[in-house]
Amino acid sequence: MAAGAHETSLGIDHRKLGMWTFLGSEFLFFGAFLATFLLYVQTTAGGPGVEIFDIPFTSISSFVLLMSSLTMVLAHNAHTQGDLRRMRMWILATAGQGAVFLGGQVFEFNVFVREGLTFGTSPFATSFYVLTGFHGAHVFIGILLLLTLYTFSLTGKVKPNQPLKTEMIGLYWHFVDIVWVVLFTVVYLIPELTVLD
Amino acid sequence: MSATETPQQEAEHGHHPTARDYVNIAVILGILTALEVSTYFFEFGPLGVPMLIVLMVIKFLLVVGWFMHLRFDTKVFSRLMYTGLAFALVLYSITLAALYLDNFSAMT
Repeated sequence: MAAGAHETSLGIDHRKLGMWTFLGSEFLFFGAFLATFLLYVQTTAGGPGVEIFDIPFTSISSFVLLMSSLTMVLAHNAHTQGDLRRMRMWILATAGQGAVFLGGQVFEFNVFVREGLTFGTSPFATSFYVLTGFHGAHVFIGILLLLTLYTFSLTGKVKPNQPLKTEMIGLYWHFVDIVWVVLFTVVYLIPELTVLD
Repeated sequence: MSATETPQQEAEHGHHPTARDYVNIAVILGILTALEVSTYFFEFGPLGVPMLIVLMVIKFLLVVGWFMHLRFDTKVFSRLMYTGLAFALVLYSITLAALYLDNFSAMT
């Protein structure tokens, strides 16, 4: 296909423009759930509240997800230089860190349920699980995208001169990361300071 | 997707920061996260929440600017992202206002 065939009238690749439009709309998606969580953060209906959070544990998984953004951008950097072997290594590292984060979330949810915070315990519980669960679903989709990219690069469907493919998945992954940057502060850290005081 | 990149994409890829730049940004992000977590262990008084919000915004801007390349890409992408973010913040502000008014009416 001729160079420029994917450009919009703005001279921008339409795939990248589409991805950014999607990510922009995703802010509203998470914004709505976050706003709902804030409305119900103190509506615990006699059940557990924010005191149930294990901040040191969540801090570690947050750090792992943050560092996965580094390995993701290094994968894109390697692909930009045409080094698919190094790109695959960083992609696997990113997917691995995503899996660690997701495992941590599953573990955290299990602990919460054992301590009485089930999905229907209270408006606080429901809004918390919906918000963080949807984020976890995004991480899971991101891992699938990363593993698909890894497989396609092995089978030749992703070539060294196509760094845009890695960049697109990278944009999604970084978005998932920045959403967690916000959630970690607003859902975990700030309520620990304010609600418990 | 096409087998080759457009000239515009090639030009963008030519301006990418180095791997060292990315590592430096990650180190800064790690330090900022440690500062955030320190609010759980140490007492910062009334400065705690503003400090957390400032740290969150700095981390956010570092990731979108460097890792998502908004600093180096066309401004159209920045506008798209910040428009979505602005709408989300409006929603967030309305919720906070509702919370505040609810608390205010409960007190009176």
